[in-house]
Amino acid sequence: MTTAAHSVVEPSPRSKAIAGTLVVIYAVISMIPLVWIGLTALKTPSDAIAYPPKILFTPSIAGFCDLFTTQSRQTEDYIAKLPPPTDTCDEITRSRGLVTAGPSNFMPRFFNSFIIAFGSTFLAVALGTLAAYGFSRFKVPLADDLLFFILSTRMMPPIAVAIPIYLMYRELGLSDTHLGMILLYTAVNVSLAVWLMKGFIDEIPREYEEAAMIDGYTRLQAFRKVVLPQAATGIAATAIFCLIFAWNEYAFAVLLTSGEAQTAPPFIPIIIGEGGQDWPAVAAGTTLFLIPIVVFTVLLRKHLLRGITFGAVRK
Amino acid sequence: MADLGASKFADRLASATPETIAKPIRGLSDRVLAWLFIAPSIILLLAINIFPLIWTIYLSFTNYRANRPNAPIKSVGIDNYVSILTDPDVWQPMQATAHFVIWTILIETVLGFALAFLIDRKFRGHGFWTTIILIPMMLSPAVVGNFWKFLYQPQTGLFNYIIGLIIGEPASSFEMIGSVRLAPWSIIIVDVWMWTPYVVLICLAGLRSIPDYIYEAAEVDRASKWRQFWTITLPMALPFIMLAMLFRGIENFKMFDMVNLLTSGGPGSTTEVASITLKRAAFESWRTGYSSAFAIILFVTVFGLANIYVKALNQVKSR
Repeated sequence: MTTAAHSVVEPSPRSKAIAGTLVVIYAVISMIPLVWIGLTALKTPSDAIAYPPKILFTPSIAGFCDLFTTQSRQTEDYIAKLPPPTDTCDEITRSRGLVTAGPSNFMPRFFNSFIIAFGSTFLAVALGTLAAYGFSRFKVPLADDLLFFILSTRMMPPIAVAIPIYLMYRELGLSDTHLGMILLYTAVNVSLAVWLMKGFIDEIPREYEEAAMIDGYTRLQAFRKVVLPQAATGIAATAIFCLIFAWNEYAFAVLLTSGEAQTAPPFIPIIIGEGGQDWPAVAAGTTLFLIPIVVFTVLLRKHLLRGITFGAVRK
Repeated sequence: MADLGASKFADRLASATPETIAKPIRGLSDRVLAWLFIAPSIILLLAINIFPLIWTIYLSFTNYRANRPNAPIKSVGIDNYVSILTDPDVWQPMQATAHFVIWTILIETVLGFALAFLIDRKFRGHGFWTTIILIPMMLSPAVVGNFWKFLYQPQTGLFNYIIGLIIGEPASSFEMIGSVRLAPWSIIIVDVWMWTPYVVLICLAGLRSIPDYIYEAAEVDRASKWRQFWTITLPMALPFIMLAMLFRGIENFKMFDMVNLLTSGGPGSTTEVASITLKRAAFESWRTGYSSAFAIILFVTVFGLANIYVKALNQVKSR
């Protein structure tokens, strides 16, 4: 590897070492907030707001207990008369003079996030793949203008879009419904899906379908049996990008949903415990919410660049 | 399979037919197919984006209030636009937005390009560390804003504690989101933490697009590394840097979720960026007509900025 021609552009070992050190320092500093949230999820409420901040502490599942249940304050006599606690959460709750009153809204909100994210992703990727194939393989009149129009819809400020959507959904009875949110997120994601999928389908040689069509496949059969399998990686990457957007979305969710169809992002900030914000519970909810995204980011790393530039920049 | 045979036959027939006859048959079916493929997406976008946009334009000329749906809608002409553009209070959010957009673009571009430049030294494990660096930009801005509020707690927050250690003053002596002076910086810091990775990723693509032979030629000409950086690296990566700046500028001009969770525009209105003003007018004061006009002004500004920038971008590319 140390041929003369190569060494010209290959950085020297010393510059590599310096660059590596600086990048690692940045990476570690930028991870501190996330690690801190993960740690806070395992603290007791008093440890979470201790001064100086506690790095070493006895882990507790109190945050998760508070996240998944609602509690009410009771007198000591009342608690003493109760049958023995059934699980660790009960025990922790009672030691603070509280009793578990029932499940919290966290699971339903999380479930809403799931349904809405997967529903809108499925629709956006299906519609986007069809449209991308159309733009890629047929001569569409005004194709460039249509593609620009599709992209421009994503540039609109969400609050500005939310004003008429709010009125429209109120008329149609779609306010605070899963269907309404799925349609809205599909519309936002379809622009990304069209642009990304067009990039991926453009890369599949036309000759494959043409050969299939000469063998007697119709256009639709060629699309289904030749193009779709070839585009599988692209479809998966596009789907993950759509999923992440829908999973993370807040502006529409907070303005258009309040109960039935509320997703996790507007719910997590309003988790409040006894006596102010219950940070371990918020941190526990945040951690559970962020883990899937971190996993997906690692899976997607090869396609991230495409995703964030609407397929404009490829490696 | 009979179907397949039939179409095979049709195809053979088509290829046997003189081209002048075959073409219209194929052309027609292709055109219909093309529209079948594209139409569903276009119809959805028309229904969920364009129809509401037209409605917004209509409402912007009225005094409609969404919390009084039965009150008669009165046309007020361009009064809403006039009152927004002449209201001195509107300049406060515009200044807050400009402060936020300019500083975030500046810091993210410098920091992001520097990091990309370092990563491009291809040290051992650069792939792994790049992936780590990229994580913040994939997270939910709202959830990020919310947990940074925890890090910024004046007495107990980790951020205040660490900064307190560095500057040698007690952590309780300053407040990030509660002070008029520091609050605008508190949202800039979070945005830089979250979105510098975005600039890194795009700049990295720019740096990797520069072919090795150009550097080799520069070495042959005995150009110094410093000179190579200013005459080769920077100019050739510039279109990518500008692309990143454009995207960040547009995104931050519309910024809502992170700021809403972190400061909700406060204290007072020091961090009240345009989208927060819009939300307050539309969903708290319920001045729907007025806020529709505000929304249209924001649209026009975003598209205007984007257009100017895309033109500048093309000029850089063609140079």
